[in-house]
Amino acid sequence: MKRVLEVLRLLMETAVLVGASLMFVSEAFGEELSAIRQAELRYLVRQDCGACHGLTLQGGLGSPLTAAALAGKDDDGLVATILQGRPGSAMPPWQAYINGAEAQWIVDWLRAGGQP
Amino acid sequence: MKRLVWCVLALLAGCSTVRGSGDLGVVIERASGSVQVVEHSGETRLGRVEGLGDLSHASVVFSRDGRYAFVFGRDGGLSKVDLLERKLVRRVLQAGNSIGGAISSDGRIVAAQNYQPGGVRLFDTDTLSPLADIPARDEQGTPSKVVGLADLPGNRFAFSLFDAGEIWLVDASQPQAPKVKKFQNIGRQPYDALGSYNGRYYIAGLYGEDGLALLDTWAPESGVRRILAGYGRGEQKLPVYKMPHLRGWALAGNRAFLPAIGRHEVLVADGTNWQEVGRVKVHGQPVFAMAEPSGRRVWVNFAFPHNDTVQVIDVPTLTVAATLKPGRGILHMEFTPKGDAVWLSSRDDNKVVVVDTATLTVRRELAAVSPSGIFFSWRGSRMGM
Ligand code: HEC
Repeated sequence: MKRVLEVLRLLMETAVLVGASLMFVSEAFGEELSAIRQAELRYLVRQDCGACHGLTLQGGLGSPLTAAALAGKDDDGLVATILQGRPGSAMPPWQAYINGAEAQWIVDWLRAGGQP
Repeated sequence: MKRLVWCVLALLAGCSTVRGSGDLGVVIERASGSVQVVEHSGETRLGRVEGLGDLSHASVVFSRDGRYAFVFGRDGGLSKVDLLERKLVRRVLQAGNSIGGAISSDGRIVAAQNYQPGGVRLFDTDTLSPLADIPARDEQGTPSKVVGLADLPGNRFAFSLFDAGEIWLVDASQPQAPKVKKFQNIGRQPYDALGSYNGRYYIAGLYGEDGLALLDTWAPESGVRRILAGYGRGEQKLPVYKMPHLRGWALAGNRAFLPAIGRHEVLVADGTNWQEVGRVKVHGQPVFAMAEPSGRRVWVNFAFPHNDTVQVIDVPTLTVAATLKPGRGILHMEFTPKGDAVWLSSRDDNKVVVVDTATLTVRRELAAVSPSGIFFSWRGSRMGM
């Protein structure tokens, strides 16, 4: 996790402008996640969640996580799924690596289209 | 001198000099929808072929002449890449969501396994024109994701139905009218499978229970049996952040090395009676366990968050002989045909690392954009690959 963070920090240093606009996005979502953490989560979701849900989140062994697929499902349920996983399915619990606010941020971001 | 002039002219004309295909391979660049064409004699990159779509979780099979790579993409794309000319020959969008494929024993049929709509489709390897469609539905008609497609001798294939818990054996000797034999109740949620080197055994790993399902294709009438059942010993499973892969599995000597699910262990079974003979504690959830071509050692990589590590198991002693940290996000490993080197893809460091298997030192690093699978053309002449 820390290592991923390091790469992203490097990336971010070369993209201060991008960073600034991320701050804005973060405010829009009403969470206090740093731009670095947001970039890290975006990378995690596309790459590591993408191992099951697809790099473009269109689905694979895991269900699609596109805005359309999540429409009509309530936030709490989705956040709980991310944190605790779904027993009996292949969805693992992520709470050792992602906290509640971060899971909520991921859901918001997925609903907004999950762009890299 | 005259020759040199001809070479230069040939190069200028854009043609390459005559070369073989036995040392060629591709590196999947998953995020950019491209593959790099590489050669492992000189360990160089020859070029890049683009426009292959969503390649997350892409896999590749080769024509038996080692010239063409068939690349299966997540977006359902099936692309035929000419490694010698380094160009995309043909591409079809054959399904909504695909995961891999296999090539028939006569080399004429390429089969794609799909999640959405779940099933297997057969195509002509020359033209990629469709031959047959085998939708995967259980008795009730419920569609199922297809995993673990493997080629078997006699133009047969086997695959597993994740949702339905079935194994289907397909005889495609008449490619437009394949015959399917279904095995039901083989175990819960088969997530991937493998065909053995000699094409005799087909083994599916189960996610929904501790154990694997084995079909002896020399005696299909005796059905599918469970092996290594209850390997979890009733203990709480650890979370699995990435499903193991079984293709490219390790049969070393007479022992099979198989990743456990939800345990940081590689299970070792006797390759004739399939009884457990041991297990090796490893660094994380194993993803691939692959034997060096000699069978002397087995290399293992791991799921998140341990994917910066690779371990090397010594086969005679069943111990971890070395732990390497070759790069971050190690997704795949591929041996050269006789195993003098292994190529590792490091997704998060944007590189391919070539490790000398004799010294376990890094021979070379090659730049690649978010690389995932590495596939060498020797696969084209092997069953189950
Ligand atoms: C090892 C495979 C795997 C990984 C990795 C994985 N998931 Fe899942 N996920 C699944 C499966 C399978 C389901 C469907 C569960 C079911 O059948 O109810 C699922 C379901 C979900 C759902 C519920 C979707 C819905 O429509 O109800 C969400 C949200 C989700 N995953 C988010 C994530 C996030 C975020 C990550 C990464 C932090 C992640 N998943 C990583 C396999 C995985």
